Amino acid sequence: MSVPLPYYLGLSAVLFAIGVIGVLSRRNVIVVFMSVELMLNSVNLSLVAYSSFLGDIAGQALVFFAMAVAAAEAAVGLAIVISLYRNKQTVNIDEINILKW
Amino acid sequence: MITELLVFVFLAAAAVTTAVAMVLQRNPVMSAISLIGNFFCLAGLYLLLRAQLLAVLQIAVYAGAIMVLVVFVIMLLNLGNEEKLTERFGVRTLLAACVVLVFALEMLYLFLETHVATGLQIMHPNAPSIGTVESMGLALYSHYLLPLQATGMLLFAAVIGALILAKKHTS
Repeated sequence: MSVPLPYYLGLSAVLFAIGVIGVLSRRNVIVVFMSVELMLNSVNLSLVAYSSFLGDIAGQALVFFAMAVAAAEAAVGLAIVISLYRNKQTVNIDEINILKW
Repeated sequence: MITELLVFVFLAAAAVTTAVAMVLQRNPVMSAISLIGNFFCLAGLYLLLRAQLLAVLQIAVYAGAIMVLVVFVIMLLNLGNEEKLTERFGVRTLLAACVVLVFALEMLYLFLETHVATGLQIMHPNAPSIGTVESMGLALYSHYLLPLQATGMLLFAAVIGALILAKKHTS
């Protein structure tokens, strides 16, 4: 008898909600980026949980690819942060509004 | 087994605590450290789900590579405490609360109205054998070969893109 699947799904939903709060309420672009990572991880958790409970490897393979995409996203995202900071001397997303109409 | 439930409760509580700490911390370095703690908790949960390879990858790739990059950028940009960056609690925080409330209600509805809360109480008997390096490797290099190669191309493109974006333009 293992921990039931709904426990994992509930935890995953809670972590996702915390990530959403972080993205919407924080103004530091790096903290926003870390909140996005948290949301990615919470979805990974539910994928692994389903994979183990259904006995299907597809979920874990998907998490593997999600990790690779997250690594690529981290590299490009942080490079954008660095070049933004070089141009505007700020990481506050209220002041980074050059793409706004 | 009651021990498994206890380990789950401990890891879940630690994961939620570190996630909340990550969002509430004003110092970005402390946020990053909280997030690393969260990744370790998730690695423990993956072990609980018999996904051994992913537990190791979670620590090596997320807690190791990605978070080192984030901490490195925070220190490179010399971001101190966020007191200087005016955090505006107001309309935007209210909006965040509303969005999360809608999301939470949606999740609650799904848990109560569908059979997700009652179905799948026990783990599949094959679970310990599908999370091993051997079975993951066999699957990745046979059935998922094309996505694996595409991932390689993606990482290659991302590295070149990151280099070009972060390079100092001397013109």
